[in-house]
Amino acid sequence: MQSKFVQSMGLAAVVASLFAIPTAHAAEKIVKIDGSSTVYPITEAVAEEFQKAKKGAIKVTVGISGTGGGFKKFCRGETDISEASRPILKKEMDACKEAGIQYIELPVAYDALTVVVNPKNDWIKSMTVEELNKMWAPAAQGSIKTWKQVNATWPDKPLKLFGPGADSGTFDYFTEAVVGKAKSSRGDFTASEDDNVLVQGVASDIGGLGYFGFAYYDENREKLRAVPIVAKTGAPAVSPSAETVMNGTYQPLSRPLFIYVNATAGAFKPEVKEFINFYLANAAALTKEVKYVPLPSSEYAAVVEHWKSLKPGTGFGGVPEVGVKIPELLSRIK
Amino acid sequence: MSNQASVLDNLEEVRAMIRRHKFNDYVFSIIGLIALMIGLLTLLTLFVDLVMDGYPRFTFEFLSEYPSRRAAHAGLLSAWIGSLLVMVVTFLSAVPMGVAAGLYLEEYAPKNWFSDLIEINVTNLAGVPSIVYGLLALGLFVYILDLGQSILTAGLTLGLLILPVVIVATREAVRGIPVAIREAAYAVGATKWQVVLHHVLHYSFGGILTGVIIGMARALGETAPLITIGALTFIAFLPPSPITDTPPFLNFEWLSSGFTVMPIQMFNWLSRPDHAFHMNAAATGALIIVVTLLMNGTAIWLRYRIRKNIKW
Repeated sequence: MQSKFVQSMGLAAVVASLFAIPTAHAAEKIVKIDGSSTVYPITEAVAEEFQKAKKGAIKVTVGISGTGGGFKKFCRGETDISEASRPILKKEMDACKEAGIQYIELPVAYDALTVVVNPKNDWIKSMTVEELNKMWAPAAQGSIKTWKQVNATWPDKPLKLFGPGADSGTFDYFTEAVVGKAKSSRGDFTASEDDNVLVQGVASDIGGLGYFGFAYYDENREKLRAVPIVAKTGAPAVSPSAETVMNGTYQPLSRPLFIYVNATAGAFKPEVKEFINFYLANAAALTKEVKYVPLPSSEYAAVVEHWKSLKPGTGFGGVPEVGVKIPELLSRIK
Repeated sequence: MSNQASVLDNLEEVRAMIRRHKFNDYVFSIIGLIALMIGLLTLLTLFVDLVMDGYPRFTFEFLSEYPSRRAAHAGLLSAWIGSLLVMVVTFLSAVPMGVAAGLYLEEYAPKNWFSDLIEINVTNLAGVPSIVYGLLALGLFVYILDLGQSILTAGLTLGLLILPVVIVATREAVRGIPVAIREAAYAVGATKWQVVLHHVLHYSFGGILTGVIIGMARALGETAPLITIGALTFIAFLPPSPITDTPPFLNFEWLSSGFTVMPIQMFNWLSRPDHAFHMNAAATGALIIVVTLLMNGTAIWLRYRIRKNIKW
């Protein structure tokens, strides 16, 4: 009897310890990051190098919940840094404000949204934003079905559209830049959160047209053709490339990518500061390595300055805005 | 004469009927074989394709390196350790609960409308989409119980997910034991608990084990519920070791550690623009299939071994 009693007490103790210990978090130095899968490759590269440089003294974890999902966690105080492929929106600002979370907005790289067609498509030399609008606007739903309907000089071939799903920051930015209102788009196109599916779709359909980040085009140059974009009538057609994004001529489809740092008093940990210092110092080289477009060095200097000033807030006011220069953006944050 | 002729006619008819039935038999066996082949060949094609795409990554480094931006150096270390630890928690939570519930339902529970209701619910739970378990776990384990986005949460979530599988397997196995065995035990004065422990559980062990392993194999490939509760993607360190060199030699800190698992790593690599990462994804996929097949194979082998040793 006695030994049975001791046994069961022992068992109870083990079970209790199983549940008691997880709440007692060890005083480990961890930087928690989550957010956009578009920004992920850059952050992954920085995190990898940072951990090597610190020899594991500071641990970094990165998730891919998407820009919106990342902000949800960020505004609940669950993460230290949120990655975003578009600026923070009004409702996310409100959620952060309600939770008392202050953040610093830091642009870290550029991406060129690339409009692609099938390589066998021989009628498209360039495309105006207006033509893109005609294809993608909500009014086109069910009515614009052939290339000819968009531009009378194009052939009467079926138009098959491919684009990212509505949860993606890429979708938000493209609709803002092309249709004029974020998230406003026709719904009858093939949507996928996996850009490789979009690549396959356009590559296998002569009448296909799609858009996604530049890196996906860059890796599939033999299967796809990038369409040069005419920003306004009379302006020259500009192809997406690192140069045209950096010199500001690829408009309106080049977009900045951001990280948001939790700078709430008390939650702003020294290891996070160290990580951001490392991020900004190495962003240019690592961004290029993972095939994104780095900011020009003058703009990185402006971002570093902004980071040192620790001014919280966003330069956007809760609405995505197309074609803002980064120094101007940062100067808006008082 | 005429009588004989009619018998012969009749014989012809019977022979025709037998031929017809044999033909039907033959047709069905062909259809069955085709159905089997469609399943098997699809799996085989998929597997061969994965192996062909991923074979350059079948190296020791692939298992001993952390994720990296360079596809050739990106490995599965944090993912397979994460999968393993999550599976340990899943096993420890689902098996005792599932076996106890199954035994109770079969041996102890009175047969009335209430136990019928429970039975229907358990069977239905096995068909609930896994993402629903993820949402439940996010609310219950992560926020209400405050267990964090940890290995413990993930293990308990997958434990819940496979609980119905374990319960159903236990009940099936227990049902297969002849009533005579129980009655014989009662006849020599055994209590219910003794009957269950010494006979029922003992003889149904093989069947229960099979159910458990198949459930675990399912849990190993799950992604959706783990992404919902906040599994990570990049994690270049290991959870604290469960075994320490100072007494009491056991450490439970790993339970609260962040984690990633193999299917999530595969998903991430697959969605990357760089094709070199697709190779990693293929290698991971092949590895998951091999581990799953090994687990299922072990289940079949163990069932065979244990059945052979039971003599009634």
